[in-house]
Amino acid sequence: MLMELMLRYNYWISVVLMLIGFYTMISKKNFIKKIIGMNIFQTAIFLLYISMADIEGRSAPIIISETGYVNPLPHVLILTAIVVSVSTTAVALSLIMKIYKEYGSIEEDKILEVHS
Amino acid sequence: MDIISIKPLLAVSVSLVSSMLILVFRRHKNIRESWTILASFIKFLIVASMIPAILRGDAIVYTVISILPEIPFKFRVDAFGLFFGLLASFLWILTSFYSIGYMRSLKEHSQTRYFACFAVALSATMGIAFAANLLTLFVFYEILTISVYPLVIHKETPEARSAGIKYLVYTLSGGVVLLFAIIISYSFAGTLTFSDHGFLAGCASREILQMLFILFIIGFGVKSAIMPLHSWLPTAMIAPTPVSALLHAVAVVKAGVFGVVRVIYFVFGVDLVSELGLGIPLAYFVSFTIILASMFALVQDNLKRRLAYSTISQLSYIILGASLLTPHGLIGGILHIAHHAFMKITLFFCAGAIYVVTRKENISEMNGIGRRMPITMLMFFIAVLGMCGFPPVCGFISKWYLLLGSVEADQLPIVVILLTSSLLNVAYFFPIVFVAFFKKPEKEPESKEAPIFILLPLTLTAIISLILGIWPDAPYSFFQIANIVFQNVTGGVI
Amino acid sequence: MIQNLPIFIVIIPLVTVFLIPLVGLWKRDYCFYISALSITLLFSISVFLLNLSINVIHYHIGGWEPPWGIEYVVDPLSAFMILLITFITLLVILYSKKSVSKELPNSIVEFYTVFMLLITGLLGIVITGDIFNMYVFLEIASLSAYALIAVGGKRDALLASFNYLIIGSIAACFILLGIGFLYMVTGSLNMADLSVILPKAYASYPRVVLTAIIFFIVGLSIKIALFPLHTWLPNAYTHAPSVVSAELAALMTKVGAYVMIRILSIFGISLLGDVPIADILSWVAAVAIIIGSINAIAQTDIKRMLAYSSVSQIGYIVLGIGLANQTGLTGGILHILNHAFMKGCLFLAVGAIIYKTGIRNINEFQGLGRKMPYTMLAFSIAALSMIGIPPLCGFFSKWYLALGSVESGKWIFALVILLSSLLNAGYFLRVLEKAWFGKSIHEEVDEAPGSMLIPTLILAIGCILLGIFVTIPVSFINSILSISKLGWT
Repeated sequence: MLMELMLRYNYWISVVLMLIGFYTMISKKNFIKKIIGMNIFQTAIFLLYISMADIEGRSAPIIISETGYVNPLPHVLILTAIVVSVSTTAVALSLIMKIYKEYGSIEEDKILEVHS
Repeated sequence: MDIISIKPLLAVSVSLVSSMLILVFRRHKNIRESWTILASFIKFLIVASMIPAILRGDAIVYTVISILPEIPFKFRVDAFGLFFGLLASFLWILTSFYSIGYMRSLKEHSQTRYFACFAVALSATMGIAFAANLLTLFVFYEILTISVYPLVIHKETPEARSAGIKYLVYTLSGGVVLLFAIIISYSFAGTLTFSDHGFLAGCASREILQMLFILFIIGFGVKSAIMPLHSWLPTAMIAPTPVSALLHAVAVVKAGVFGVVRVIYFVFGVDLVSELGLGIPLAYFVSFTIILASMFALVQDNLKRRLAYSTISQLSYIILGASLLTPHGLIGGILHIAHHAFMKITLFFCAGAIYVVTRKENISEMNGIGRRMPITMLMFFIAVLGMCGFPPVCGFISKWYLLLGSVEADQLPIVVILLTSSLLNVAYFFPIVFVAFFKKPEKEPESKEAPIFILLPLTLTAIISLILGIWPDAPYSFFQIANIVFQNVTGGVI
Repeated sequence: MIQNLPIFIVIIPLVTVFLIPLVGLWKRDYCFYISALSITLLFSISVFLLNLSINVIHYHIGGWEPPWGIEYVVDPLSAFMILLITFITLLVILYSKKSVSKELPNSIVEFYTVFMLLITGLLGIVITGDIFNMYVFLEIASLSAYALIAVGGKRDALLASFNYLIIGSIAACFILLGIGFLYMVTGSLNMADLSVILPKAYASYPRVVLTAIIFFIVGLSIKIALFPLHTWLPNAYTHAPSVVSAELAALMTKVGAYVMIRILSIFGISLLGDVPIADILSWVAAVAIIIGSINAIAQTDIKRMLAYSSVSQIGYIVLGIGLANQTGLTGGILHILNHAFMKGCLFLAVGAIIYKTGIRNINEFQGLGRKMPYTMLAFSIAALSMIGIPPLCGFFSKWYLALGSVESGKWIFALVILLSSLLNAGYFLRVLEKAWFGKSIHEEVDEAPGSMLIPTLILAIGCILLGIFVTIPVSFINSILSISKLGWT
């Protein structure tokens, strides 16, 4: 039983990273830190996908091999998802820049003070 | 036999068209008013032209459009619908003349809005009268609620606006309860079409049907001013008198009791109601309203508020008659819809006339007004006689039938209640007459009657009340039509 | 040609997105015309598609057969949504000319670019038959929405947009996780394929499939602002430019509801039979309906009031989805249509009022009815329809929803729906009463310009027509329910 759990270490890593990222997004007051958390969260999901694509003993689809290839589809999906993640980060960062110009700070509590 | 004819749709649309014309012609007062008069006459003629067919025992149908599965948006003019439609359209003619006189004498503002909303409200009333199923009735019921709102808050004073809000809260809540009941009925019965013997029999368990009945009564009860859902009506007296007259004595509240009678006889059916054991309890429940409202009326000084409480009491007479489930009770209740309308509208017209001439609203200020406005107060007196049940005015006839109905139903306590109520009616109406004719006013102003546009309608309604009392079963009269209703519902003759 | 239409639905707005900045650098005014042209083209195609969709159209991108390739499917539900999106957007674009030039004078090119990107995203969501593709388009639409709210650079809008971004990204990540889990146990990303494979997958890996559906539901609930995950919506709708509020309120959440319907139909009755997801959804929706309306009553800013009202209306749609019978679902889908019209009309009317007078506080609405009669007329029609006065369209969605509740034996939902009508009356009648019956305190105000008034009035007339001729949408929805295999009922 424990052996089974330990074998699936990829999922554990992914979940831990996800939670770190999620917690950062919610609890940190600095906007940049929130975006960092978002990135960690998303990257953790990517890791989950990629790790599920791996098949033991097989190689990447770009090297000819007799044993066969790992599943390329999740890799492709994640490429797309990375693009989405980068775009989201770009939008978020530009928003942060504008917020900084308007409010002079990127800490959530300072901004809420200025706001009210 | 059902005859297909576009007349019901025409009757409903005439005033919709006229309301748009009123809006278009808002700058030309006389043309604008003439649309109202024209529409009211045309509407009445259309409705009256359907009388021969109804008296023969047929019904007139017209399907407009199918809205929901198995529920078309449909008109079916049967005897009961024609009764109400005839009453409302006839009284609209008189009220239109009265309105013109009233609004012009007082130089009221926003007359275009007033006349336009009035026309839409009458459209809705016709729609309620001629609806073939609960859904069509509900649609017009809500349209009536919305179109009366601008009329209630016409004065636009803070008082009027809060009266309007109270009106809306009550009527919209009633509408919501009604919709709930309609949806449950549809889900159990699969249809909402009115049928002479009801359509809900056997569709659900006893408890559900009883609860459904109560929901329907609450839903329609707001507009019927059954206590404790009544308090919007006296507050709404802040509206101009023609509004109070037609809408609260004839259209809005009568739509409520119309709905109640439709529910008892055409949705549930006589047999189902008596089997559920709900008829007599309802009769006793509204008896509270009858007595309590009369007692409230005793202490009101504002004339219109006293009349409002009187209306609340009289409306429950109608429901009482219908819930007794006996021949005389049913006919008495239905007749009272018409008789009360004529008498009450006379009373309101007189109250408005007094306001126009003297600006007085309270009875305590009306000393000696009978000398100043003899014709007005004479008509008032005729109507009062009828309200108290004295022959030969028509009120006597409907009350007599109600008494017979309660004897038929073996409910002697109700006989006592009816008699007590008549005594209370005397107690709160006769003092007004006494004050008007026999009390000396502070100063002796010259005698000046109300303008002709006001005077003529109220004289007509009073005289008609008299005629209805002397010669009730004239051809094409309300009594004949009520008879047909009774035949449809029970298959017997009175 | 017909077979290729689905891809055009996405290509046309996408090409426009690239065209507008190029043209806009040259001549700013042309942006509007290009967008309007492209939307008109889309609208014509979508009308065409509506009839064709009875025979479901499949388009395989790149010629790859599903499940290896991405497939676009136009079935009646998709065609319905496409028509709705293009029609509302057409009216909003026509409206936007004056509104955007006043509210966002320096950002016209940016606005139209991102707006067309939003349309691309929305249309892509409803037309795709591949679940990952749906995620991509959902993100395209969401990103555009974040940007659109912040266009113009108002302080409150920036904060609202950032908040929405954070919360929306969490939602997107959850959806991505859901997709991942589904892929893990089925190996397919095609929606039709999944609905066939899932019953077996559920039998073998019940917990994985359960986790997937939970992630989907939570992620989508955030996207459609289902209580209690709605907190981003009031700020976003209130501080966005008028055109953006109208478009987002009318369409964004509805498309989210569409996604929820598709996801639930993928999972199908085998799973939903075991887990009371539909029940939970309907209870949450009932709470959303009540709380949204109560919050709306407490607002003084009119856009905020409409935003909370939207939270409540989303509850109706989700209730229809959660009731899981034909009548309830008919009510839910009908409400997608009706609410788009009603809320779109309300936000456009409010936008016109703000354009002319700058007033956003309800207490300052006094006497507006006399100064801007047609605008207030459109507002009043839409408001009465939201309250549920027959024969306007709002009454009929409530009828079907209440009927569906009674049919499934859950009478309490019918009561909730009817009670919320009263609550709606509470906050709408307040505005109507002030506008029509107060003494006017605005002297130099006159009616809104034609290009803003006509779209608003068209939507208001639509509310009336959709009510009187409700049999037409309902019969189409019936064909949706029979053809589109929404199999969890």
